[in-house]
Amino acid sequence: MAILEDKIREQIKTLFEALQNQVRIVNFTQEFECAFCRMTREMLEELGHLSEKITVEVYDFVRDAETVKRYAVDKIPATALVGEKDYGIRFYGVPAGYEFTSLIEGIIDVSRRKPNLSQDILTELAKVDRPVHIQVFVSPTCPYCMFAVRNAHRFAMASSFITADMVEVTEFPHLVVKYNVQSFPKIVINENHALPGLPTDTEFVRAILNAIAR
Amino acid sequence: MHVPGFILDTVSSEHSYPLDQNVLYDILILGGGPAAMSAAIYAARKMLNIAFVTVDFGGQIRETSEVENYLGFQSINAHDLIERFQQHVKSFRLPIGVGARVEAVFRNDGLFTAVMEDGLRYTAKTVIYATGARHRQLAVPGEKELIGRGVTYCSICDAPLYKDRKVMVVGGGNSAFTAALDLSRGNATIILVNNARGWQADAILQRQIRDYKKIEFLDLHEVVRIEGGDRVEGVTVRGRVTGEEKTVAVDGVFIEIGLLPNSDPVKNLVELNERGEVVVDCLCRTNIPGFFAAGDVTTIPHKQIIVAAGEGAKAALSAHDYLVQTSRL
Repeated sequence: MAILEDKIREQIKTLFEALQNQVRIVNFTQEFECAFCRMTREMLEELGHLSEKITVEVYDFVRDAETVKRYAVDKIPATALVGEKDYGIRFYGVPAGYEFTSLIEGIIDVSRRKPNLSQDILTELAKVDRPVHIQVFVSPTCPYCMFAVRNAHRFAMASSFITADMVEVTEFPHLVVKYNVQSFPKIVINENHALPGLPTDTEFVRAILNAIAR
Repeated sequence: MHVPGFILDTVSSEHSYPLDQNVLYDILILGGGPAAMSAAIYAARKMLNIAFVTVDFGGQIRETSEVENYLGFQSINAHDLIERFQQHVKSFRLPIGVGARVEAVFRNDGLFTAVMEDGLRYTAKTVIYATGARHRQLAVPGEKELIGRGVTYCSICDAPLYKDRKVMVVGGGNSAFTAALDLSRGNATIILVNNARGWQADAILQRQIRDYKKIEFLDLHEVVRIEGGDRVEGVTVRGRVTGEEKTVAVDGVFIEIGLLPNSDPVKNLVELNERGEVVVDCLCRTNIPGFFAAGDVTTIPHKQIIVAAGEGAKAALSAHDYLVQTSRL
């Protein structure tokens, strides 16, 4: 049975007509798939059939150790959106609920090879001169989290120093404890700088610059 | 884990009909909830030149899971309802700006200019101000300090974190009972605390939660402070009759005690009441000619989706009448 409803599938087809360049969806699962690994893989494979501009590559977290290392994937299900290069856009856990929109819009951004950000934000991001790892912790029912994920992924596209993960924490409960997640969205920058709630674009970039200024 | 399907929220997708800062619009609609969307539909059918500017679509409907009191739907998923509203609005091919909040609205020479947080400015002959409301805070010690660390205002966002845990829900109306229902799905132990006597939620919501075994009802109690250091550890409440205080150990506090109108951008422009709501008459007119308001940001007492939708329709028709009567079309 198809994962995506016909109505959603038709909407996506229309959106994907605007895809400009090839997008690689790189998925990591394992031989004995967890429920969400399977759901993620099947959903991504269905997306792959909706546009010739999309290819879906599926790797085994255990067997394909070299690829796992190259993409710096540390948990599954994991999904990377890759254009002419790997921008560092990651989804850990199934991009379901509102995060499905983050995935679709991420694909559209990657196909354009440029993020939809204002010149002011791009100017600020150009000041980032050392590695930044953004983790956005979300629940699929959170209607605001996708805005944080979208911005984090756009920032990753704009700066080669930034990598950005969506992390659906109910699939990774140990991270709830590790990062003290008590509301969604929660943004953690470089492990030590936390932002609860949904920041504006400007607040988000400022937090990144503050985090690397320490 | 409950997976709510795959939601394609076209809200944040780029829109084909962008706004133009150089156009003088007949009506500038500010907001994206049911009042604003209904206003857009009514104004569009009058073939007016409209601009629609919102931070997102749906307003507070985004924070609920099911809607059971909108005419024509015995029960509808909140996202589906927003999607239907949105598709209806977008079918008129209006110029729409999504993503930025309005910072201020000014009036010059009878025209209105809205300044957005991204610096863009839009000018119109009339405004329908329908920016809705946000969560009211308790204003007790510990609340501000523990926001995001156990103090929360969005049950649909955060309820999954409190599976099998003990939480307090503060409030006695529909939002509080809806939060309790969201939490009950994760088997949380719930203490529902209400400042007032009894419960103000719709009877049908009260019936849904009363069958849940792990809920305690505590009316006539006020929250004194929220306890905790790095995270919420408890809440101290005081009985309003006895005056006795007690501290209850909980992992989280969901605050659902009503709304604050998003009226700051127009506080220097139009008359507000003591609660900060935009004062409107029965035709959604404010004290400023050409400036109309609708929905939860206004003095209309019942903050309901269907009421807001009706008010939005009225505001659009009133704005049209104003444009006709003042020969501005």
